[in-house]
Amino acid sequence: MSHELTRTLSELLPQIQGYIYPNEIEVHWGLLIVVYPYITGIVAGAFILASLVKVFNVKEVQPLYRLSLLTALAYLLVAPLPLLSHLGHPERSYEMFLTPQPSSAMAMFGFVYAWYLMAVLLIEIWFVYRTDLIAWAEEESGAMKWIHRTLALFSRDKSESALVFDHKALKTITIIGIPSAFLLHGYVGFIFGSVKANPWWSSVLMPIAFLFSAIVSGVALVILLYMVITPLTGGKINMKCVDKGVDFLFYVVIVDFTLEFVDFIHRIYQSEEEIKILSEMVMSKLFMSLVVIQVLLGMVLPLGIIGVTKIFKRRFTLNEDLRKMLYFISVLLIQFGIFTMRWNVVIGGQMFSKSFRGLTTYKMEIGGIEGLLYALFLLVLPLVILTVLLKVLPPWKEMREEGPDLEDGTPGVLPAPER
Amino acid sequence: MNGRRKFLRDVRAFLVSISAIGGVLKLLPAKAFAREASRKGKWYGFGVSVDKCIGCARCMEACKTENDVPREPFYFRTWVERYIIRKDGETVVKAIESNAEAAPDTSGDRSILRSFFVPKLCNQCADPPCVQVCPVGATFQTGDGVVLVNVKTCVGCRYCIQACPYGARYLHPETHTADKCTFCYHRISRDLLPACVEVCPTQARIFGDVNSGSSPLTRFRRMNKIHVLKPALNTEPKVYYASLDGEVR
Repeated sequence: MSHELTRTLSELLPQIQGYIYPNEIEVHWGLLIVVYPYITGIVAGAFILASLVKVFNVKEVQPLYRLSLLTALAYLLVAPLPLLSHLGHPERSYEMFLTPQPSSAMAMFGFVYAWYLMAVLLIEIWFVYRTDLIAWAEEESGAMKWIHRTLALFSRDKSESALVFDHKALKTITIIGIPSAFLLHGYVGFIFGSVKANPWWSSVLMPIAFLFSAIVSGVALVILLYMVITPLTGGKINMKCVDKGVDFLFYVVIVDFTLEFVDFIHRIYQSEEEIKILSEMVMSKLFMSLVVIQVLLGMVLPLGIIGVTKIFKRRFTLNEDLRKMLYFISVLLIQFGIFTMRWNVVIGGQMFSKSFRGLTTYKMEIGGIEGLLYALFLLVLPLVILTVLLKVLPPWKEMREEGPDLEDGTPGVLPAPER
Repeated sequence: MNGRRKFLRDVRAFLVSISAIGGVLKLLPAKAFAREASRKGKWYGFGVSVDKCIGCARCMEACKTENDVPREPFYFRTWVERYIIRKDGETVVKAIESNAEAAPDTSGDRSILRSFFVPKLCNQCADPPCVQVCPVGATFQTGDGVVLVNVKTCVGCRYCIQACPYGARYLHPETHTADKCTFCYHRISRDLLPACVEVCPTQARIFGDVNSGSSPLTRFRRMNKIHVLKPALNTEPKVYYASLDGEVR
């Protein structure tokens, strides 16, 4: 291990430009730490989409409500994994809970995470599904019956007053949930934004920029999943819902873009000590990932596409398939854009020397715990968990509720998920 | 009526959520924001006389030997930088290698305006950002002002490495924990000098108690104009440089 590391670092030596402090050659936060804010961002974003329905009463996106809650849960379950795997001593991670250092932003992760999982997401999902779980348990037999009964925590109350309470509870939780989701991801931004030693990270805008990019990625992912899952399970995509979702996405991307742009202008105008090395880094090491992928392909292009569909909406209403395809391309591009944004923050922040005199380089491994394959595994794992969640807690009824043709099954009876 | 009741209900829900978040924030005690109060008693510091350093790298060698620092050139508790500033303003910096032959003779090079060596080590900041960010308190400041790492509790998250503005930390490739200069704590607690100070042939490195009236460090600080590295970051470094050039970061 140590030997291999030495070999890798030796290979990097000739690639250093200018002067870096000798200890800086090793990039300490690699691909795993890129994956971590990406995944937590999706959690926060998906939850915000769900709260659009419950708190802000945006009825059109109702079909996305349960899907976004389940997506948030699936990604939240995976969120600690990249952090844990990245530690030098994962077996000691419990120390962060037992003897946290109160001044450390990182030590609070466990508590913010536990709060979000236990106090917000799980309770909200339980209240959303409670009556359905009872109904399913009554109709089913065998293992599924017991799974659903256990998940309902053996509650059987379907009375009017219980439903009213469910509804009230849901509203309260969602209201608690919005600041919590903000906390979860604003906090992740703070971990980076509060490092005064690193001018690429140290910015008050960091938590806010993280938050809005989180909303962008979460909303875009849920729309993407909806557009993929619905046809696969034999449903019909509700275009009213997708239109509204993309509409919302469009405005959040604009806010996100504005924030990043303000940050950019601010840095250039203030032109402090580090500006030279940072611009050198942006023009060389980060040109592809920052300028081309994050900004042009991940923001400007999808904004343009969605903008065009908005301008020519009447014309495109005639051609739903074309609109679908344009939306699909846009949300996909936005996903890539947000992922590279995480990359540019995390990796970019370690590409330049704190002596502001040189640039180092990052060589991504393929195998191993810090490698590409493991990162891909972590990115796929939430989708696997989501598949299981969709089987156990099918949201199909709601996902198709407002679709124009809900052929099979009378309302109230759930059509069994195909396959 | 109904609207008002609904409004009151919403306000209540909002207050509940705010107080819940307040509860989480309350986990942060006031201590986290308070500055270190008194620094009485022993308070170790370090002096570097830039003009005296000849770049012999004995300090680097002594440090690696004394503290079992990995031999590879990616792990240093202390290192020496060589600055060459040319007449056209170009500044070339290099970390000198510990077992390298003598640096090439540049005395004939007319394009050089000035050149010098700068020894670097952990600044043992009075207000250390690395201690602030450590999630488990494995990095801590001793009562006499030295920042140490507890190898037994460090989780290897490397947040401290990111938080150090001076690049003074690395992840030890064998223990997988953060590592850094300790002022040779095992030596100074027995009234010995840090290894690098001990071997320096020109006394470019001075060690002592900042609070003592008679320590060599106090004399050094009395006799020289002093500067520290990156003062704007307010970390209050305790490695004091005499004749430090503005180009050094």
